[in-house]
Amino acid sequence: MKLVIERREISSALLRFSAPIASIGIALFVAGFLLLASGVSPLDAYREIIIEALGSVYGLSETLVKTTPLIFAGLGVSLAFRMQIWNIGAEGQIYIGAMGATWVALFSGIQNHWIMMTAMFFAAFFCGGMWAGVAGFLRARWQVNEVIVTLLMNYIAILWVDYLIYGPWKDPKGFNFPLTAQFSDTARLAEYFDTRMHSGFFLALFCALVLYLFIERTVWGYEIKVIGSNQRAAKYAGMNTGMAIFFVLFLSGAIAGIAGFSEVAGLQHRLQHGISPGYGYTAIIIAWLAKRSAIGVVIVSFLMGVLLVGGDSLQLLWQLPVAFVYAFQGLILFFLLASDFFIIYRVKLIKGVVHA
Amino acid sequence: MLEILLDATVRAGTPILFATLGAIINERAGIINLGIEGLMLIGALAGFSGTYLSGSLLIGVLAAFCATFIAGSIHALITVQLRGNQIVSGLALTMFGVGVTALFGKGMVGLTIVGFKRVAIPGLSQLPIVGKAFFNQDVLIYFSFLLVFLIWFFFYRTRWGLGVRSVGENPAAADTCGFSVSKYRFFAVTVGSGFVGIGGAYLSLASTPMWIENMSAGRGWIAVALVIFAGWSSPRAMLGAYLFGGITAMQLRFQAMGTTISAHILQMLPYFFTILVLVISTQRLQKGASQQPEGLGLPYDREDRK
Repeated sequence: MKLVIERREISSALLRFSAPIASIGIALFVAGFLLLASGVSPLDAYREIIIEALGSVYGLSETLVKTTPLIFAGLGVSLAFRMQIWNIGAEGQIYIGAMGATWVALFSGIQNHWIMMTAMFFAAFFCGGMWAGVAGFLRARWQVNEVIVTLLMNYIAILWVDYLIYGPWKDPKGFNFPLTAQFSDTARLAEYFDTRMHSGFFLALFCALVLYLFIERTVWGYEIKVIGSNQRAAKYAGMNTGMAIFFVLFLSGAIAGIAGFSEVAGLQHRLQHGISPGYGYTAIIIAWLAKRSAIGVVIVSFLMGVLLVGGDSLQLLWQLPVAFVYAFQGLILFFLLASDFFIIYRVKLIKGVVHA
Repeated sequence: MLEILLDATVRAGTPILFATLGAIINERAGIINLGIEGLMLIGALAGFSGTYLSGSLLIGVLAAFCATFIAGSIHALITVQLRGNQIVSGLALTMFGVGVTALFGKGMVGLTIVGFKRVAIPGLSQLPIVGKAFFNQDVLIYFSFLLVFLIWFFFYRTRWGLGVRSVGENPAAADTCGFSVSKYRFFAVTVGSGFVGIGGAYLSLASTPMWIENMSAGRGWIAVALVIFAGWSSPRAMLGAYLFGGITAMQLRFQAMGTTISAHILQMLPYFFTILVLVISTQRLQKGASQQPEGLGLPYDREDRK
């Protein structure tokens, strides 16, 4: 008996479709053992996640609240993936985007709601974009590894926001808590149904649509795909690859930056520590699971939203640390990568002696 | 003053040194490992728990090595055997490490152990300036000196080391010469991960003898960047790690002296300098001052051999 690995001539569509679902399933199974080891019954925990996140109007609204920043960040990361560029810095870009929006909200003195919203939006867009643009510039100009640069800039971004809220931007009336002052009503997005759900969600859906059209229907979108699949061919075709790398990372960071805008304008109404509990890292999984499709990003973001809301309730019920969700996300990625192997290759058990 | 600063430099640089050495072993075999940050956390927790439960620091260090050896074998399995994407697998390992250590470390928060003690080496520790910093330290620091030499010796003076280097440079040629690409790569990833784990254990057994959630605080990522600075050579890794130890030591010194500069700004310095160093060393790399392993980041499939 011998195991033989051979490449499939055609990869089956059924396998490609079912692999992500199977990966999540197996990850749930393995994560169950982690839960058991920390004294929590996995079935109870999973039931709790579903009920908490989907079982009521309020739960569903909370899930959409968490889905919103994930869609923005996921779209940003997946845009860069298109060009084989790794933006691991969505977390920092969310913080810097939020900082830009907060700056406009607190210090611009704009009185009109729509002008305020537009200004905050573009401030977040530009700040997030420039933050990622640094990595884009370094990569385009000197081939500096963008994975490490974008990641290290997360730490800098979070420390920078901490500096602001502990220092110059601290609310003078805030009893010395590290928070900025609350935004006025002009600087807040509309909320719905007496829940925390806000119009940022629809902005996120709109963003997904725009990005889909941009990638699939414009020359720029086409260039991004070509450069991603073959940089040398793109150069021969006369495309400015350096400029494109900077541009894509800028746009990728800008979209992640909008998540920062949506979080401060729609939900928190101020800048504070921990405005993103790791949305930027979850975005990497979303982009990978969604196989770079904008619609896929929306669907997977919703799934991750369910997981995050459920994770919060696990924390309340069983004092499980929030970071447990990361362990689960790591497991999903492991199994997803493993499943890719079985899409490309076939493993056969051959009886008897094999002559190579 | 200089003596104290140098001493703090070595102590702050050692966890990064172990992590960088581990990452170098990975990348020499052609496998990028972005799981270093997660591995350091796993090592820190395993080291602390091992010591807490057994009362022995040695068992703690061994536990750290074994735990990260096993965690590293997940990365090895996915990238070597299953030819999966190395970047995604590494990121997954980091996420997994952050999450798992938060979960299992919950019961360890607030507990204390007796950490590593300084052992002066007679004679050498009396040397002016460098004596105290390098020869009045704990056993793990002496082990890190030895490891730098052993890794150099392994790569350039042994057949196994040659095997690891060749599967990293040109796996197809190495395969033709009879080196098993998957075995050498698997070995390099797991053992390399084990040394990263010892770096993590240094944090929880020597730097601050306790377990704190997320206590590696980005050191793993600094190590990943330092691999490029070090040009994949272990003696240069020592230089890089102490450079960052020095920046951390100075930053802490500034804070202790009570400067008016915000602590948050000072804490940015190591990350900022890492990016700066990365830019400079990437340019040196382009000019050919050092050479990246040719097969780095590429999965190997015998069928693709030309």
